Amino acid sequence: SPRRHPSPYRLCLGISISLPACFSSWWSEVQMGPPDPILGVSEAYKRDTNPKKINLGVGAYRDDQGKPFVLSCVRKAEAQIAAKKLDKEYLAIGGLGDFNKACAKLALGDDNEVIKSGRNITVQTISGTGSLRIGANFLSRFHTEAREVYLPTPSWGNHTPIFRDAGMQLKAYTYYDPKTCGFDFQGALNDISKIPAKSVIMLHACAHNPTGVDPRPEQWKEIAELVKKRNLLVFFDMAYQGFASGDIDRDAWAVRYFIEQGHNILLSQSFAKNMGLYGERVGGFTVVCKDAEEAKRVESQLKILIRPIYSNPPMNGARIAATILNTPDLYKEWLGEVHGMANRIITMRELLVANLKKEGSTKNWQHVIDQIGMFCFTGLKPEQVERLTKEFSVYMTKDGRISMAGVTSGNVGYLAQGIHSVTK
Amino acid sequence: IMSLFGEVPQATPVAVFKVTNDFKEDPNPKKVNLGVGAYRTDEGQPWVLPVVKKVEKIIVADDSLNHEYLPILGLPEFRSSASKIALGEDSPAIQENRVGAVQCLGGTGALKIGAEFLRRWYNGNNNTRTPVYVSAPTWENHNAVFVNAGFEDVRPYKYWDAEKRGLDLSGFLGDLESAPKHSIFVLHACAHNPTGTDPTHVEWMQVAEVMKRRKLFVFFDSAYQGFASGCLDKDAWAVRYFITQGFEMFCAQSFSKNFGLYNERVGNLTIVARDPDNLKRVLSQMEKIVRVTWSNPPSQGARLVAVTLNNPELFSEWKDNVKTMADRVLSMRASLRAKLEALETPGTWDHITQQIGMFSFTGLNPNQVEYLIKEKSIYLMASGRINMCGLTTKNIDYVAESIHESVVNVQ
Repeated sequence: SPRRHPSPYRLCLGISISLPACFSSWWSEVQMGPPDPILGVSEAYKRDTNPKKINLGVGAYRDDQGKPFVLSCVRKAEAQIAAKKLDKEYLAIGGLGDFNKACAKLALGDDNEVIKSGRNITVQTISGTGSLRIGANFLSRFHTEAREVYLPTPSWGNHTPIFRDAGMQLKAYTYYDPKTCGFDFQGALNDISKIPAKSVIMLHACAHNPTGVDPRPEQWKEIAELVKKRNLLVFFDMAYQGFASGDIDRDAWAVRYFIEQGHNILLSQSFAKNMGLYGERVGGFTVVCKDAEEAKRVESQLKILIRPIYSNPPMNGARIAATILNTPDLYKEWLGEVHGMANRIITMRELLVANLKKEGSTKNWQHVIDQIGMFCFTGLKPEQVERLTKEFSVYMTKDGRISMAGVTSGNVGYLAQGIHSVTK
Repeated sequence: IMSLFGEVPQATPVAVFKVTNDFKEDPNPKKVNLGVGAYRTDEGQPWVLPVVKKVEKIIVADDSLNHEYLPILGLPEFRSSASKIALGEDSPAIQENRVGAVQCLGGTGALKIGAEFLRRWYNGNNNTRTPVYVSAPTWENHNAVFVNAGFEDVRPYKYWDAEKRGLDLSGFLGDLESAPKHSIFVLHACAHNPTGTDPTHVEWMQVAEVMKRRKLFVFFDSAYQGFASGCLDKDAWAVRYFITQGFEMFCAQSFSKNFGLYNERVGNLTIVARDPDNLKRVLSQMEKIVRVTWSNPPSQGARLVAVTLNNPELFSEWKDNVKTMADRVLSMRASLRAKLEALETPGTWDHITQQIGMFSFTGLNPNQVEYLIKEKSIYLMASGRINMCGLTTKNIDYVAESIHESVVNVQ
């Protein structure tokens, strides 16, 4: 029988390896980090034993039974992939080529001149977060003339720490109007007109997170013009393409318009929501360059940035996404399923407002219907949110944001009750 | 319009991937790739472990699974079982609840998160001046990981003795003695990359003694557990010994090689702290770092590993698969050495069998390396490092003869 290799623990033969009392820890000064505001909500929800509890925290789609939804096109793609018996060799640093090409086409449109001329570089990233992080690192290293990134107020909570950690400075421009629960267009233009040249401006391509408030096309046009006049570097965050209106092209309209107008943008894409591939971490980062030669140089530098973080990206999700995007009947099925998800959300918005009225609420809830995408900025104040959580076990972030994806025909009545109760 | 990126220079490609690239483009039918560190079968093919295929089917058939986000720190059953692999079932540190882990993107990701944490919280706050020592030579990405995490002072510690083709123990110990207190040392747990030269148990004990006395930080890089000797426990001896010596430490684990899951990016940063309270605070800060890097890790690979490690039958099958790989490498080592000695190739070749793991530091100089690449289409690293997995029963004669030629003809 094979000789078992003696464990070094045997050296201590029964003596408990407790460390001497005088041995202090390297970590005595490490403070307890505060829980993540968004993900912390889900954790609190899990601990709650109330059977009527509702999780409207993190933006993950749920079906009308409140269950996670694995898209049928995803299952089909997985079966196709499994049948191919592929190996598990490392991807290139920039990821799966088939995915990168399809990812760029999805955002920019098949016939986009940028893609045809090869003047974009698109790399596979660790979903939207990873994409933003690579972008932030790239700006930090190469965009040395300006260190400021201007975020809309409010923006996704993780934008600020990502850019800050990468060494950029964060500033803000007016975006949301709490009085109307809508877009403060004039306020935005005023602020943008003062942004120093070459600063980076972050724009949410569609389905603004957390407010659900998007500019209308004619407003986008004015913004594009002003941004060009101010000579700002545009960074689009597109995490919800397809999810906002249900139409892929419509949701990418702003991105494509800006490019048409000559903005050489940075773009982050996520497939977490629109393909339901959350935990597989599928995303893309694109830099639209002056020409193909510049794109090659930028690509080489992106690889240098990526390698010391994670070497090369994970295959599984990118392979699924690429299969869907590159297989016509799967692509068609996917468009239908995205449309379906977006529609369910639109229906829930309408139902919620109808139920609020039924409860007797006299407040104006039109914004719930006007806002777009997964999230709704209810207008609830922190104290009201706290009551909603404590008294009704409805979990949401303190800023009053709810994930409409967590609303179902089964719980919308209860939700309306709770919201009415804390706002009447 | 003037481009904002007009001044972005073309970066040089990462060497190890360039070698594989050049290999791919070479039309010579006799070409051999001894570059990048990935296992190959005797047919020169990638190998998806039989146990992995089995578990993939199990996962596909499980309707209860979905693609939801993992927690920030990763899949709990992966983290705990992965740490057990490194520290052992009987680990007192685990029993004392002072071991935690962060699921990361491969070994690289684990090193990255560990490095980011150390820069923020070790030896003061945000102390970018803490020296980080990496072995001379070491995996070429170690340097970049720590520099990009903000460390300003990444230095080599003596390790490889080129003349005797072995460990420079006195140099190593000397650097440990002279390193500023609290310096961070990146240690290869087993199967040193690129030299294949590991300290003996006695030598590890000496290293540990100095590190404890001089309060140096232990950061193990464990990318080849199981792959070195074929035995998981044997390959983890150094890591476990350091635990008995009371160190708080990090161990970056990779499951790329021993599970063959290269492209799924399966890694684990194991954290050994003094007590559960310190551990808790450390993990809370790890979450902050992960959140601004990738938010949460990819689920597929971790799930695969977790299912395997937590099922006794599958675990046993995995160990067999690992042994299969390690055994093939050992037989190629024996074969290459025997052939070089039979050819009476000048020099000594026992280092081929004494070295351990996937790589061998052949001792070939850059000119000889260039000869092999240009004249023989045998691709290896400029350092003379070869991946033993690139050798097969079909190409080993050609490789041995070519090495012989290069040593005889090229100075």
